[in-house]
Amino acid sequence: MSKRRVVVTGLGATTPLGGDVATTWSALLAGKSGIRTLSEEWANTIPVNFAGRVAQEPSEVMDRVEMRRLDRSEQFAIVAAREAWKDAGSPEIDDERLGVVIASGIGGVITLLDQHEILKEKGSRFVSPHTVPMLMPNGPAANVGLEFKARAGVHTPVSACASGAEAIGYAMEMIRNNRADLIVSGGVEAAIHALPMAGFAAMKALSTRSDNPAAASRPYDLDRDGFVLGEGGGILILEELDHALARGARIYCEIAGQGLTSDGYHIAAPDPDGAGVQRAIKLALQDSGLTTKDIVHLNAHATSTPAGDVAEANALRLALGSDADHVAVSATKSMTGHLLGGAGAIESVFIVKALQDRMAPPTINIENLDPAVTIDVVRDQPRALPQGDIAALNDSFGFGGHNVVLTFRSY
Amino acid sequence: MALTQDAVLAGLKEIVEEVAGIPAASIEMGKNFTTDLDVDSLSMVEVVVAAEERFGVKIPDDKVTELATVGDAVNFIVSASA
Repeated sequence: MSKRRVVVTGLGATTPLGGDVATTWSALLAGKSGIRTLSEEWANTIPVNFAGRVAQEPSEVMDRVEMRRLDRSEQFAIVAAREAWKDAGSPEIDDERLGVVIASGIGGVITLLDQHEILKEKGSRFVSPHTVPMLMPNGPAANVGLEFKARAGVHTPVSACASGAEAIGYAMEMIRNNRADLIVSGGVEAAIHALPMAGFAAMKALSTRSDNPAAASRPYDLDRDGFVLGEGGGILILEELDHALARGARIYCEIAGQGLTSDGYHIAAPDPDGAGVQRAIKLALQDSGLTTKDIVHLNAHATSTPAGDVAEANALRLALGSDADHVAVSATKSMTGHLLGGAGAIESVFIVKALQDRMAPPTINIENLDPAVTIDVVRDQPRALPQGDIAALNDSFGFGGHNVVLTFRSY
Repeated sequence: MALTQDAVLAGLKEIVEEVAGIPAASIEMGKNFTTDLDVDSLSMVEVVVAAEERFGVKIPDDKVTELATVGDAVNFIVSASA
């Protein structure tokens, strides 16, 4: 039996650049930064006082009762999933063939911390009965599952900052394995809060460029000094090809394969040889039936950390060889910040848009390209991608040494 | 001093509207929380805690299950406040 093919038929996003895909994508092509100084008082009690808040608060599009029962990460999931579902044409589908795979890196950490405050100040009787459903990391997936009555399975892979990409890969496999015909997949994160930020700052992982937040996320620049936390999420509707064709769905592109590896090196630091990343790229190409010649675009993990960006760039050069010369590499975290478990998902949305528009988004804030970076980075302005059959890669890595590479191919 | 039935009903309407999003106008003494107003068990816990705080009464957990209708809750709160 030939492999069941999987296509993308719907997109949704809520990001620091916009409350939907269209607004986010046009801001991305225009090279805008979504990073701002935080207005909350607590921001001045920690070493970093800026981040990428979503451009549109969920309260602008959600009713109050829904809001109070959902953690912020769950609100992002619902907002982006509704957009994606509508974008896919609100498909009629047997609910036993409909699944949800949505990840989060940390889960409902804001609910956990807020309710802990209530517990300490007012006592256990005042802890919300919604606390557990709001803080559980599978909450975003579970709530989206309820929204669409998905009954083929609702799942949440967790692999830190690779979670969003892993969720999309998992969803692709569910369709390939004939467990489902349509999956609402993606990743979300809502962790802009004193504690997670203090934790990342203690690792020296965050940029401290408080005097110019919009220039703080600067992947591949010589003066990069850490990542900038962002929030939001992205959703892709993945669908079995024949199912999509039968209902006359608009097909953006095909998700062609994935490669998953682990470093076995360090809990947080990247393996400087990037061997795990190289293997993930090779596995992803094999799984997709693609070669390095087919790849014209790559959305890099590139978080703007001194060690990570170069380790990834070296691995890309080694894995792609001379074919890296025709791969337009975009580091969109320069504009959105790093959405942790949402990163691989919004960046997959960006790849799908790049294949549709034949346009790679820019990387901003590179004043002096680090000479150790020997890949072709798209700087400042978007770059046109070739016509014809093309393919693109999404790199996502997570604390713990998780490497996920997804491949997308024009349809 | 005991609270009046009207005062408790008015306060409870506000709480249920806030917690469960049910328009105050549709909340009447005879309405059942579960079958008429669609207040689920988690939201009911929120209603109870908010009512205790607002009316200065204690609603023991074993009593909560007996409060099927809005009227049951109003009458319990009125007598508990006496």
